[in-house]
Amino acid sequence: MTIDSIRADLLAKKTSAEEIAREALKFAEAENPKTNAYLTFAPERALAAARAVDQKIAAGEDPGPLAGVPIAIKDVILTRGLRTTCASRMLETYIPPYDATAVIRIEKAGGVIIGKTNCDEFAMGSSNENSAFGPVRNPVALDRVPGGSSGGSAAVIAQGTAVLSLGSDTGGSIRQPASFCGVTGVTPTYGRVSRYGLTAFASSLDHIGPFSRAVRDSARLLQVMAGRDEMDSTSAFAPVPDYVAALDGNIRGMKIGVPKEFFDGLASDTGDVIQAAIQTLQKLGCEIREVTLPHTAYAVGCYYIICTAEASSNLARYDGVRYTRRSESASTLQEMYRKTRDEGFGAECKRRIMLGTYVLSAGYYDAYYLKAQKVRALVAQDYAQAFKQVDAIVGPVSPFPAFKLGEKVDDPTSMYLSDIYTVTGDLAGVPCMSVPAGKTADGLPVGLQVLANHFNETAMFRVADAFERA
Amino acid sequence: MKITEQEVRRVAELANLALTEDEIVHMTQDMDGILTHIDKLSELDTSNVEPMSQVLYDSEETATLRADIERKPLGNADALANAAVSGQGYFKVPLVIER
Repeated sequence: MTIDSIRADLLAKKTSAEEIAREALKFAEAENPKTNAYLTFAPERALAAARAVDQKIAAGEDPGPLAGVPIAIKDVILTRGLRTTCASRMLETYIPPYDATAVIRIEKAGGVIIGKTNCDEFAMGSSNENSAFGPVRNPVALDRVPGGSSGGSAAVIAQGTAVLSLGSDTGGSIRQPASFCGVTGVTPTYGRVSRYGLTAFASSLDHIGPFSRAVRDSARLLQVMAGRDEMDSTSAFAPVPDYVAALDGNIRGMKIGVPKEFFDGLASDTGDVIQAAIQTLQKLGCEIREVTLPHTAYAVGCYYIICTAEASSNLARYDGVRYTRRSESASTLQEMYRKTRDEGFGAECKRRIMLGTYVLSAGYYDAYYLKAQKVRALVAQDYAQAFKQVDAIVGPVSPFPAFKLGEKVDDPTSMYLSDIYTVTGDLAGVPCMSVPAGKTADGLPVGLQVLANHFNETAMFRVADAFERA
Repeated sequence: MKITEQEVRRVAELANLALTEDEIVHMTQDMDGILTHIDKLSELDTSNVEPMSQVLYDSEETATLRADIERKPLGNADALANAAVSGQGYFKVPLVIER
């Protein structure tokens, strides 16, 4: 199913939005034990939204661009009255008092939210193994990880248990699971989609973005969510172009950059798929140019200073007072803070809070945090230089395809280093996405990363859409 | 070693985390691993680089100010709905000052 096919069926009265929602919920609930991709289902909310769509159609009104489409939302994005856990024990019973702006816009457009998806705790991780509610299994190979942190949101698309989903990306958390599960995932320009209602992990790097099967459907979902929101002062004023109208499949003459630094440390099976993809783009009439992003090797270190520093501040709010959980064994205020946080946070959250607290602590600020902010400027300059020469950049998303559950869980540094090709896009704030590019000899999906300059999602979507059709 | 167990204990205090002895040992190893990688940043001369704290775009100075119109707040009941412990319209915490 696609947005277009659902719309056509609804307008031809072949089915109703309520019928689609009931079927989608039934199928998703039946399939979920295989992958653990959903944490919560929302039948009441879904059926109410679906009935509203049906009423509009019956009244001859426009039911909206996402009419009747079953959508899953990553469980770090707030949904009023619907449990939002951030895949953490800390928020196991948290019921948000308001909706995220992205959620409001989706429902206003006729979208039907059917549930909340599993992820790494507070969106921290690259394998979805850091969820307090168990890992997600990759629908393509059930003994492998779906990637992370938005593993559940990628898995529901691959599994066919939602037509669209929302993820969040801070260092690759949309693109890497999209690549691992063989689906499309988009990280828009920083500020393109309001972060209001997205649980803060690293505010200067956090993005909300769509997952779908087809590139076109991600473009449509982004269209609905994008645009200034006065509830998020970092949301951008730039006008939102019609993304789908530009998708004519013709990218002849476009200049595509290939950064040589994105091929260091790349596994050969992934590299083969990416090289073939670049040849496809050449056959489509693109001019392929080598570009350089010289500070790529410093990006992971830079990223893990900035994201942990921001995380240590953002996660300070979970103190046993306002957000549901309080340790039962604490008698003093200090004990309440410390025991609540020790019991509520998992190992990866603690690691990042600790690292962030350390790099911000007296005597280390200049050497770590200030240094990282300067390196971030250099990474952003790399992209600014490259986009003077090319319309878009392509490369791999991850150095390797989906790995086995448990394979990397004991080595956090090596897990961090696998974010090498995704963190630079977040640091620079440029739009970037993963589009399925093929499979390795073992049958594991490989995504092609497509990046464009700030607010040039159109160029990014055009390349990905033409590639998808080829 | 980039960081000692003693430093890890101090950072845990600052972060308000009550780590167990076992957690301290593992945390020291893990933090040491990533800090060793982070050391690579010192290869770069950044003395003439302006730090970047945020992705910024050109806009007017007052662009992010909203119209000064009264809006309905969240309200006491909603704000307290997720409180660990509440009462009398307040968040309740353990005794802070002994009388």
